[in-house]
Amino acid sequence: MSDERAAGAANGDSQWPLWEVFAQPPKGAPHEHVGSVHAATAEQALENARDVYTRRGEAVSLWVVPSQAITASTPDDMGPFFDPGNDKPYRHPQFYKVPRGVKVF
Amino acid sequence: MAEQPVSKQSAPSDDPARVAEFEARIARGETIEPKDWMPERYRRQLIRMMSQHAHSEVVGMLPEGNWITRAPSLRRKMALLAKVQDEAGHGLYIYCGTETLGVDRHELVRQLLNGTAKYSSIFNYPTLTWADIGCIGWFVDGAAIVNQTMLAHASYGPYARAMVRICKEENFHKRQGYEIMATLARGTPEQRAMAQDAVNRWWWPSLMMFGPSDTDSANSEELMRWGVKKKSNDELRQRFVNLTVAQAKAIDLTLPDPDLAYDEETENWRFGAIDWDEFWRVVKGDGPCNRERLAARNKAHDEGAWVRAAATAYAAKRERATEAA
Repeated sequence: MSDERAAGAANGDSQWPLWEVFAQPPKGAPHEHVGSVHAATAEQALENARDVYTRRGEAVSLWVVPSQAITASTPDDMGPFFDPGNDKPYRHPQFYKVPRGVKVF
Repeated sequence: MAEQPVSKQSAPSDDPARVAEFEARIARGETIEPKDWMPERYRRQLIRMMSQHAHSEVVGMLPEGNWITRAPSLRRKMALLAKVQDEAGHGLYIYCGTETLGVDRHELVRQLLNGTAKYSSIFNYPTLTWADIGCIGWFVDGAAIVNQTMLAHASYGPYARAMVRICKEENFHKRQGYEIMATLARGTPEQRAMAQDAVNRWWWPSLMMFGPSDTDSANSEELMRWGVKKKSNDELRQRFVNLTVAQAKAIDLTLPDPDLAYDEETENWRFGAIDWDEFWRVVKGDGPCNRERLAARNKAHDEGAWVRAAATAYAAKRERATEAA
């Protein structure tokens, strides 16, 4: 990354590292991925994220994370990786029967 | 979850079985995400389309930015400043989405600055009077909303999500423009004439914003097959005309088309022939302001070099300080 910065400084035209932006909406929802920004430092990434993603009070909190720091599952994992959660209907309430007479449960 | 650019090396050859699987996903209405397999041609088409869209947002700031210092009241000035700032944001949302396809924003900006990238031709027309600012909000943002509302359902997730965000903000743009036009239209005779003149100049270029007619559009068929676009250029153009006729009537301005007539059968407003020669002339670089826009964009980029250099130097200094500690 330092090399990239040096090259950018030489031609005065660096695009800087990429940061993923997560914003928390005002009503107590969890932080949600909203997009990304380029920035030279974490503080600048926060400021850029504020200017780009919260011009209308959309957030009460922002996280910025270096994109390279994120470990993500891949589409190829789809089958085996998520399998354990896909074949257990008994984890859902609909799996269980309630006697007919009971209207409100 | 992170929409990181996919590696540039991963360009698998488009084997027919995978393409069929991909097209089946599209047909089921599934969303394609950055790391999913996609035909190379889908990726290229999206990079082309999304970067042109991002460039349009950025260049769109220029004709309006011209009028910030000349806005007729503080209220109008605040609104225009906010609108131009939104356009910058919209450009960034879409560049960010485009980067998930494995291209650097750096490279896209370079293509804009050296004139090899295209952007919406509408911004190659001059903003001669204050009424033009109203007309841009009403027509140009109005047309953009019609287009972007469709794109909010595009098959590529990052593009669709950027569009949802943009559509929410763009309604303000259209309303502030329409309010400017309505105010001028009920003002002095000179103000009315200014509003009508702007309508006369912006109407046809606005219709051209939807791109060539379906019969002449090189990309449409493929983009629709892959669910990037859900409606054709002509369908979108018709929708825009249908919406706008009543709005013009309400503020007593006349759309400059003697052939405009309501068709009871199709429930559409039929309109006259578009001057496609003019369209292609402007697309190919010979519009009234093509050179001026590029020069202004390059000047702004060059004059911002010291800011980028300063931020980079500051980051390097901080890094050294951290290492030393």
